[in-house]
Amino acid sequence: MIKAILIFNNHGKPRLSKFYEHYTEDTEQQIIRETFHLVSKRDDNVCNFLEGGMLIGGSDNKLIYRHYATLYFVFCVDSSESELGILDLIQVFVETLDKCFENVCELDLIFHMDKVHNILSEMVMGGMVLETNMNEIITQVDAQNKMEKSEAGIAGAPARAVSAVKNMNLPEIPRNINIGDISIKVPNLPSFK
Amino acid sequence: MALKMVKGSIDRMFDKNLQDLVRGIRNHKEDEAKYISTCIDEIKQELKQDNIAVKANAVCKLTYLQMLGYDVSWAAFNIVEVMSSSKFTYKRIGYLAASQCFHEGTDVIMLTTNQIRKDLSSPNQYDTGVALTGLSCFVTPDLARDLANDIMTLMSHTKPFIRKKAVLIMYKVFLKYPESLRPAFPRLKEKLEDPDPGVQSAAVNVICELARRNPKNYLSLAPLFFKLMTSSTNNWVLIKIIKLFGALTPLEPRLGKKLIEPLTNLIHSTSAMSLLYECVNTVIAVLISLSSGMPNHSASIQLCVQKLRILIEDSDQNLKYLGLLAMSKILKTHPKSVQSHKDLILQCLDDKDESIRLRALDLLYGMVSKKNLMEIVKKLMLHMDKAEGTTYRDELLTKIIDICSQSNYQYITNFEWYISILVELTRLEGTRHGHLIASQMLDVAIRVKAIRGFAVAQMAMLLDNAHMLTGNTQRNGICEVLYAAAWICGEFSEHLKDPLQTLEAMLRPKVATLPGHIQAVYVQNVAKLFATVLRGQEGVPDRQVAQETSQLLIDRLPLFVQSANLEVQERASCILQLVKYVQKLQQKEVQVAEEVTALFAGELNPVAPKAQKKVPVPEGLDLDAWINEPPSESESEDEKPKAVFAQEEQRPTRPRHPEVDEKELARRREARKQEQANNPFYIKASPSSQKVYAETPGVEHIPVVQIDLSVPLKVPGMPMSDQYVKLEEERRQREKAERKKKKEKKRRKDKCGRGHRAESGGESEEDITPAHTVDIVTEEMPENALPSDEDDKDPSDPHKALDIDLDNLVMGATRRPLVDNEKLPVRAHRPPDALKSPVEGGEGEGVAQEPKKKSKKDKKEKEKRKSKERKKSKEEKKKNKHGQERGEEPEAGSAEEPAAMAAAAEATTPPAVTTAEEAAVPVPEVVPDAAPVSEPDEPKDAELEEPKSSKHKKKKQKKEKEDRDKKKKKRHHRHHSDGGRAESVRNGEEEEEEEPLPPMSNYCLLAENPYIKMSYDIQGNLQDGSQVVVSVIFENKSSSSSFLKCMEFNVLDSLNSKLQRPEGASPHEAVTIPFQLPPGVSNEARFVFSVQSIVMPQKLKGTLAFIVKSEDSSTHEKLDFKLHFTCTSYMITTPCYSDAFAKLLESGDLKASSVRLEGVSMPFHHLLARICFHHHFSVVERIDSCASMYSRSIQGHHVCLLVKTVDQTVSIDAKCDEPSLLENVLQEIKQTFAKC
Repeated sequence: MIKAILIFNNHGKPRLSKFYEHYTEDTEQQIIRETFHLVSKRDDNVCNFLEGGMLIGGSDNKLIYRHYATLYFVFCVDSSESELGILDLIQVFVETLDKCFENVCELDLIFHMDKVHNILSEMVMGGMVLETNMNEIITQVDAQNKMEKSEAGIAGAPARAVSAVKNMNLPEIPRNINIGDISIKVPNLPSFK
Repeated sequence: MALKMVKGSIDRMFDKNLQDLVRGIRNHKEDEAKYISTCIDEIKQELKQDNIAVKANAVCKLTYLQMLGYDVSWAAFNIVEVMSSSKFTYKRIGYLAASQCFHEGTDVIMLTTNQIRKDLSSPNQYDTGVALTGLSCFVTPDLARDLANDIMTLMSHTKPFIRKKAVLIMYKVFLKYPESLRPAFPRLKEKLEDPDPGVQSAAVNVICELARRNPKNYLSLAPLFFKLMTSSTNNWVLIKIIKLFGALTPLEPRLGKKLIEPLTNLIHSTSAMSLLYECVNTVIAVLISLSSGMPNHSASIQLCVQKLRILIEDSDQNLKYLGLLAMSKILKTHPKSVQSHKDLILQCLDDKDESIRLRALDLLYGMVSKKNLMEIVKKLMLHMDKAEGTTYRDELLTKIIDICSQSNYQYITNFEWYISILVELTRLEGTRHGHLIASQMLDVAIRVKAIRGFAVAQMAMLLDNAHMLTGNTQRNGICEVLYAAAWICGEFSEHLKDPLQTLEAMLRPKVATLPGHIQAVYVQNVAKLFATVLRGQEGVPDRQVAQETSQLLIDRLPLFVQSANLEVQERASCILQLVKYVQKLQQKEVQVAEEVTALFAGELNPVAPKAQKKVPVPEGLDLDAWINEPPSESESEDEKPKAVFAQEEQRPTRPRHPEVDEKELARRREARKQEQANNPFYIKASPSSQKVYAETPGVEHIPVVQIDLSVPLKVPGMPMSDQYVKLEEERRQREKAERKKKKEKKRRKDKCGRGHRAESGGESEEDITPAHTVDIVTEEMPENALPSDEDDKDPSDPHKALDIDLDNLVMGATRRPLVDNEKLPVRAHRPPDALKSPVEGGEGEGVAQEPKKKSKKDKKEKEKRKSKERKKSKEEKKKNKHGQERGEEPEAGSAEEPAAMAAAAEATTPPAVTTAEEAAVPVPEVVPDAAPVSEPDEPKDAELEEPKSSKHKKKKQKKEKEDRDKKKKKRHHRHHSDGGRAESVRNGEEEEEEEPLPPMSNYCLLAENPYIKMSYDIQGNLQDGSQVVVSVIFENKSSSSSFLKCMEFNVLDSLNSKLQRPEGASPHEAVTIPFQLPPGVSNEARFVFSVQSIVMPQKLKGTLAFIVKSEDSSTHEKLDFKLHFTCTSYMITTPCYSDAFAKLLESGDLKASSVRLEGVSMPFHHLLARICFHHHFSVVERIDSCASMYSRSIQGHHVCLLVKTVDQTVSIDAKCDEPSLLENVLQEIKQTFAKC
């Protein structure tokens, strides 16, 4: 089981948090803070597993994370998950985000948390891995987005126009902060689907 | 209309959306909290508006704020509102918000039940998907109970997208509502073989989660998983299965044997590291489970260790880490194989990654032996010098101590070396583990008698150099070792060369800066040393030294009397008085040494750390009861816990010496007792422990210490452990040479069994004799110590509830089928005991194939028995084996009967085949790739015992394998021919696929034409007594590739029954069916009818209008039909207990009627199953060929049946409170059986 999925940036600001067990908002924030504290002090060239211990659940749990440019993707899992499998799942997740947002960067996650949730929900459901095939995930996400668009129809047009106008004078939307090494595939898992 | 919407959204566009909110927060970095609180106010305003789009937008923003840590539970009701929007866009927002902030305590959650149910059955698969995803996050026991059945239906949805989600969410449902596990399990199992890989993987996922917690219940699935493992190519699935096997093997060693080969193959073939790693892990688990029985797996171990070495050597830190992790698992059972990689592991100690270093340390712990302990510890000491960062250094320190002290100092051959290591460790700066080192020193000094002399010398040196250690006075700092040093020097002062010097060292003024508890020990042991000095001076004519010593104490002790620490103060003043008294006596030239020494006479035994806990509570003693009146608050505040300790009842003290002043002695005793109470190393002299001491071979009974003087006892200067390493080497060499000369094996004088093992082991590590034969005093335990009560499982573990026996479900046996009350709360009908009674054939294609199948099965059965008999004759000599075989025979014979049934089941339900077959035909399963679990006897053993038979067996296995392959193909084929049919009901009611039962269907043909086929089923609605639900399956039959669209369903209402039309529709308007049908596809729609009277059957005329759209043309078509509402369709399967049933019959309100059916040839349980299934009854009780059944109509009429069968004649006596309803139901039952 996956206990929680957290995305935060290099400063510990949460970009997405998904807990598959209920915690109060305060506890959630504390978990995010502590996780950030644990993860951020590790070098990039050390292993990606952390025995988180007391953080969520107990000693059975591990933190498995990856660090991409400005973002940490952290999965808190118990012993029923394969460590390398989860690392790969993170990779799939990030690659999916990359496809869905076309060259994803932190800003995409900041402004479209809901979309990230929607993508994630096609991958992990209730703490269990639902789909690991990227194409399948993208197909389903696209189909749902299409449906959303068709529902909006003409009624949605003005809102879209307004939001386009709003976004026009945005100095911060430049897409140059992209996640550099995002296209790096996990080399040792070629047959992983 | 459109204009209005556009206008609405123009108003809206100046509301903040999520992006605006995020932007705003980013622009208000300084006053973020203030900004957000204004935003929340805005959101509250937005939520008050009627426009759902505005609300959805607000909820979306709340979801973001929730992530930032703001409590948004106040908007729970608005979230529910958004969830129930008909638009997917908003629904998705609503469900997302709900999944983020709903939990079991959210009260509005109960309002969502119907909404979720509606979404689950929505024609739009994405509505369903979103609902499932959301539900998976906030499912509560209530929701689970209410929706379990709906979700189960979805498990057979036509779309894999829905199927996989429904399968996955079942795990959450099981957790919250464990009762659903048994009824849902067969279908879950079926999904393991779903054609869609996603669904399959979801099912594997769920079962693995279930099995991880309660593995024994899932052992019977092993064959199925085995098949999946050998056939699947999806690494995710493989990893899960392999992990599952890792959990199962400890329970079933035979499984392990079978796994080794395929796993080894996978290890060789796979390129995916994750899979390789899990394979290695499971092989290790297998090897652990086999380690006792099978010695010949060295090849597999070697393979694992080799592969792990590759992982550890990899540059990828993750692989390195995992390799070490797995290595530590091997270590537990096969330490030798790991020890050969010591170099690699020591190398990892240098790694820059701390996690890896710690892992390597863990490994070292298990790798030590007598031979290499010194070497390893030396390396660790080197690392400690290099290590930067106290955390890691402390970790190293604890590891060194752990390694040395493990299993009662098993690997230490030279305790002098160990003491010097401990002393070296004290030079470590800034450690927090002073206490640990101290307790080791104490432990060794107390328990290893031979070492005391050396230990005391070292400790005296430490005390002398105390200034080096006092720098760090914080809690648990290194100065803690002074506690041990002082105590050891005091307690074993007879070994001290120069007690006076030590005494002086202990009375230095600097001691007063030490922590209180250490000072207290100092003071106490100063007294002991004083006694020793006095005794040493006894015979000496010159009294000066003794008197000077007294004077020294009298001079120095007042420093401690002034101590702020009570303990120190009390002891110091005690001892000061004592010394003053002694001085007085000395001046009178009285010999006092003996008396003073007697104060501290006696031997101390170590007490096991848990001894206190294990003392059984005497009968009649209530520890919770008050002894006196409970003290008032203020009193208890004054008293410190230590004071309570001192007030304990009088304990027997050491021998008294009447010469000494009684009063003085009493005071000393009190002080001493107090010290004992606080010193864990003092044995508490309670009567019971004394007794144990006398009974068990205590210190005195352990063979006499022999000090091997080949090692110089004193190493000049500060001890250097390195010297010992060298000395030890030399000693070993010498001993080896000696041994060769003597060629006498018996060198060991200590009684431990080690010598024993050494004899067989040749030049094994056990041959190394300890430098001094050491008696390690065992720790004392109280009399009748309670057995350890660890491993208590957490009673609140939700998984405990899921410890449900599923075997009989899986195996299709009749041990414990689902009983009525185990059913899910259902809105539809299902035969409650369908498992008990697999009905032959069902209708349709299955029947035709059945006889053929059966004969084949019979043939196989015969063949099998023949071969067994052959085998038996060969094994004539093996008597006990023979007996086993015989024991098996009746089983096989009786298995034949169910075999017919199983064959029938097999013929129609492909997914159930494997299990049914296994139950019926256990022996063929000996085939290597099949279920080890279902082997009834131990054919494997036979294989080992008798090569002949095993040869024979192999042949047989081969043959059977072929057989199986053939069968598989056949099965496959059949599956296809069934396909269309299965398809047609898939989306419909669940009974067909629910259990491994031949698909009986209540769906009957409604109407048919060249374009479309309609079949329907009617069920009562449990929630509304005046409603029935008609499920109609539409199947596009058109040969050319034409679509059916714009289907409209209409019925001519009668007075009694009316089609429920959407709100606002006119009474005769047709209902539009919400889907189109591509060619060859079928789908189901449900229509609700309201009925008034249910006592009579009736028919309604209706029409279906639709457009057939082919590539070039489209035509309007019409199809007329007649809906037949039988009285049966108003019945609802309701469980009833036999006592309630009896009461009902006794009540006398019921009218009786009866019917006889002639020439019914089917078995009785099949008959019952039919009645249950087609007429929605449940079996209350069954005795032989007689059964009572019960059902209830949607309007609450009770219908009771008593079914008896005698020679193909079935008589049904029935009672009901509504005679005409009863008459009609009976007629319908009669018709059902007339048809077959």
